[in-house]
Parts: sequence; structure tokens; C-alpha cells
Amino acid sequence: MLIFEKGQKGRGSGILPACDVPVVMPGEKDKRETDLHLPEVSENDISRHYSELAGKAHGVNDGFYPLGSCTMKYNPKINEEIASLPGFTEIHPLQPKETVQGCLEVIKTTEQYLCEITGMDRMTFQPAAGAHGEFTGLLLIKAYHESRGDHKRTKIIIPDSAHGTNPASASMVGYTVLSVPSTGEGLVDLKALQAAVGEDTAGLMLTNPNTLGLFDKNIDIITKIVHEAGGLTYYDGANLNAVMGIVRPGDMGFDVMHVNLHKTFSTPHGGGGPGSGPVGCKKFLADFLPSDLFSEDFGDKDKETSIKSIGRVKSFYGNFLIVVRALTYISMLGSGGIPEASKHAVLHANYMMSQLRDIFTIPYEGNCMHEFVMSLSDLKKETGISALDIAKGLLDEGIHPPTMYFPLIVPEALMAEPTETEAKETIDRAVEVFHRLYERAKSNPEALHEAPASTPVTRLDEVGAARKPKLRYNFQDNGI
Amino acid sequence: MQVLEDLFYTKSHEWIKFEDEKTALVGLTDYAQKELGELVFVNLPEEGEETKAGASFADVESVKAVSDVYCPLTGVVGTINEELLDAPELINESPYAAWFVKIEDITDKVELLSAEEYEEYVQKETEE
Repeated sequence: MLIFEKGQKGRGSGILPACDVPVVMPGEKDKRETDLHLPEVSENDISRHYSELAGKAHGVNDGFYPLGSCTMKYNPKINEEIASLPGFTEIHPLQPKETVQGCLEVIKTTEQYLCEITGMDRMTFQPAAGAHGEFTGLLLIKAYHESRGDHKRTKIIIPDSAHGTNPASASMVGYTVLSVPSTGEGLVDLKALQAAVGEDTAGLMLTNPNTLGLFDKNIDIITKIVHEAGGLTYYDGANLNAVMGIVRPGDMGFDVMHVNLHKTFSTPHGGGGPGSGPVGCKKFLADFLPSDLFSEDFGDKDKETSIKSIGRVKSFYGNFLIVVRALTYISMLGSGGIPEASKHAVLHANYMMSQLRDIFTIPYEGNCMHEFVMSLSDLKKETGISALDIAKGLLDEGIHPPTMYFPLIVPEALMAEPTETEAKETIDRAVEVFHRLYERAKSNPEALHEAPASTPVTRLDEVGAARKPKLRYNFQDNGI
Repeated sequence: MQVLEDLFYTKSHEWIKFEDEKTALVGLTDYAQKELGELVFVNLPEEGEETKAGASFADVESVKAVSDVYCPLTGVVGTINEELLDAPELINESPYAAWFVKIEDITDKVELLSAEEYEEYVQKETEE
């Protein structure tokens, strides 16, 4: 039931203080022709409505959430406590600089810490999420080539094990995408990369570890091949949780990258988290960064904004309170805790993978990093139960499914990332559930085709939703 | 899996029906549509666009993923099957009737397989 369908005519929330200024109404021509549909509900109704909706959703606070490449780690409560301090919440981006020095210091300090973790020299906090960061980073690459009068570089090289957003971001910036295949080991095919680079190479986008959960050991050779061809290298920070404080993208030879604060640095995810995808770069690209960078003394931003800047990609300083949360997380963990968290993330993924080897195919040999991919091809051939059916079955057990059907190079793929914040017992229970579903696939596949049964909505018609989507709520049809 | 005798096939699962030496229809095979699952969206090239044998020229989207479709022929897009844009399910329903594009002025092609060779190829691929 939508909130519009609740409540009664004339009901409302809150009591407004008496108006102490003259009332001015808009002229007739500026008025709406029809009444605006506003829900007429009491504060109690609203509160219950959203609690009910929250109860229907599944979040990190509800249960295990091993969604691969999304790093659904626990969001510590202290992040919220610090981010709700009035000195951070009751400010305005246009107020005089000398009155918000503390907030500027937060951004500057976070920039310093993240640069230290990533091996970059400067960072902007404007991008609102990972893909927005990719877009921003690619704009830097484009601005760099153009500043040199090098207009023939029109192609971005992306390995087939990269994130799905990479080709989309490259297209948004006006680049053509060139895909390079992976080897049987799941790493970038160096020969194919060598053949792909040339005078038209603007750059390479790469996630390391990649979406197979494998660290590309040839990374220094890869970045060298691209640099020698005159291209720049972009590091997609989506999988940074595997390596933070251990190895730095800057040292692997990357020139630009984004960090997902809502993944690696424990800030809330999606659904209005909001996200944050700061973009870092090496010194030679710093002049191209969006405006609103700070000088060392937190002085006038205008002096810092270079004429070469690509301009704004978001208003003001991005999602500032998210940066406060990320800084809290980094400060709580410290230089010892940051690599420790990554090591545990890798340990947990390897433990979980080892416990599932007996039922699912692990297509690439050896240890994984912070996530791993399983193929359910054999199960599907044998029982007709697909990765989708297993994913739906997990919902009935209160577990969010792993990422499905990605990466594309693995058939019937499930990509799991347990993160460092889950206890062994939680992983053990998930492993037990996977085994139970596997048995059920063999004994009673029909039931699994129908799963989930206990969720607020059961198996949805995804095809129908994609082919004939209902995108609009019609008040008249609902008698409102 | 259905394979039609009078068509040619590619290893990336497209079918080709030659009208004459310079003109051919291109579509996705029955095997491909089954592997992809229910299709919900199709992106076709524009008429008049040049195609390059082996390069991606269209994409299809299922609820699982978006996949590239590769053009087996170097030539020019003569006509596109606009019906597919509104009804991608036609590819699932009758893959060999649901042609994507008509390629004209063909000057080059990738390695093409006969119906028999394609059947063997798919069998080998699924066994692996």
C-alpha cells in the first residue's frame, strides 16, 4: 500500500508556528490547475508506513549480504554518531570559509589518508558514487590528451573481467570501448593487450583484483604496456577492500582511480546512502580535477581552481557527511587496522570458497582475494536448477544472494563476497544453507523453481517487468 | 536445438542467410537465444552504417545480462528489422525468422560454418 492510499482527507502532521510575516499568494496564472496529490497522513502513519517498508527490505543490519563486488560490510554506529555532530550537520556550503575550518579539515585529512592508502597525489570528493567517479576520472584522461593536442586517442581498453559500469562510463565520455579477453587463468591476456594498444588508445580501465576475485600478478606489465602506447591507466576502486593498506594502485602504475567510500570505507550503500566515489590522481593530472579543491591552509578555493579544470561534476564538495563517516572509519582502524581488515576480508572469502568447493565449480584455480566466483553450470545441467533459483532460495533463508550472472565469462555465475565484518558462524551457516539448497535442487527441484515463498513478494516476473514496465502510478485508477 | 540446413553460421552464434553474393540477412541462432534466456531489449545499428566482419554491431539484453552480437560480414546495413525493437521476444519465439539486419554490398566475411559444422561446434562447446 502506498502512502497516498493511507490516511484521511484533512489529516496532517505537525503544528506550524504562527506565521509572523505577511501572507502572499501567487497570482491566478501561476496557480496549479489541479490539486497536488499529497498524502494526508499523521506523523504516526508516516512513521509506521516507513517502518513497515523497512521490514520488507533486507539490509546489512538484517542479515548476511555477500553481494560480490559490492563490499556490503557492516556500517559502524560510531560513523553515524560523529556524522550527526551539529558542527557537521548545521552548516551551509556557501558560508564563509573561516567559519567551517573544521569541515574543510575533515575533507583535507580524508584526502591525505586516502592518498596514502591509494598512492595518489590529489583527490576530489565531488563524485557521488563509483560510476560517477569513473566518469570523472575518464574526463581527466580526456582533458589530459586534449591539453596536449592529442585528439586521435578515442579508445578505452577494458578487460572482459572488468566491472559492467566501465564500458558504460567510457561510452558516456564519448570513447569507443575495446574489450580484451582473459587468459585461462582469469588474468588479462598480455598478447591481446599488446595487440590492442596503439596511437588511438586513450587509456585502460581495470579492476584489480578483478571481478573473478583474482589479483592480476602482471599488473606492472599491463600498466607499462598502456603507458608505452601513450595511454593512461584507470583503476576501478570497487575491489579495493582486498588490498587496502597492503598494495597501492599508485604503485601498480595507475594514474587515476576512484574509491567507493560506501564499499571499502563502511559508509551506507545505495538507496540514498548516499554514495561517494572520490577520484584520486597523480600530480600531473591534478590541474584537471573538478573545482573546489583546497589549498593546504584551507584558503580561497578560487586560487586553487586551475584553468584546466574539467569543472564541476556535482555541487560543492560532494556528499560531505559520507566523507565524515569514512574518516571516522579510517581513524578508528588506524594504519594497523586498515590492512588487517583487508587480510580478514581475503581470509573470509577463501574460507567460504573452500567450504563450497565440494558442491559448486570454482572455475579458476588457486586462492581468491576478497571475493570468489562459482559456476553452477553442472548443477543446471543435472537438475535444471540455475544460479537464479539458488539465489531465490537463499532469500527464504534470510540471506541476500551473491551477485548473479557476473562476470559474463563464467556461465551460471554466483559471485560471493563475505567481507571481513562477518563472524565465522555466519559464514558457516550460509555454507550450510548452500549445501541444503544443493540437496534440494537434486531432491525437489520444482520447489526451488518456486522460491522464495516466505518473502513479502515471491518469484517476480522479471521478464514481464522488463518488457512491459509500469513506470507510473495513476491516481485516477486508484480512486485518489 | 534447431539448425536450418540452408543457412550459414558463426562460432559466435549468428546465422547468415545469403540472398545473393552481396546481400544477406543476419540473426541469432536458436542455441544463442536459449542460452541468453528471455530477451527484453534489442539494440540494432542504423541503416546505412558500415559493418566490419567480426566486430560488434548490435546487442541483446536478457534479465541476466547484456550481450554483444557480432556482425559476420563487412558491408553496409541495408535494412533493419524494426519489429524486433518493440518485440524482442520474437527472437526467442522464432529465431530463424527474427532477422536483425540485411547486410548489403558484402566485401568480406568471418569464417562461416555449415549447418552440420555448426551443430558439431555447439556440441563440442557444451561438452567442455
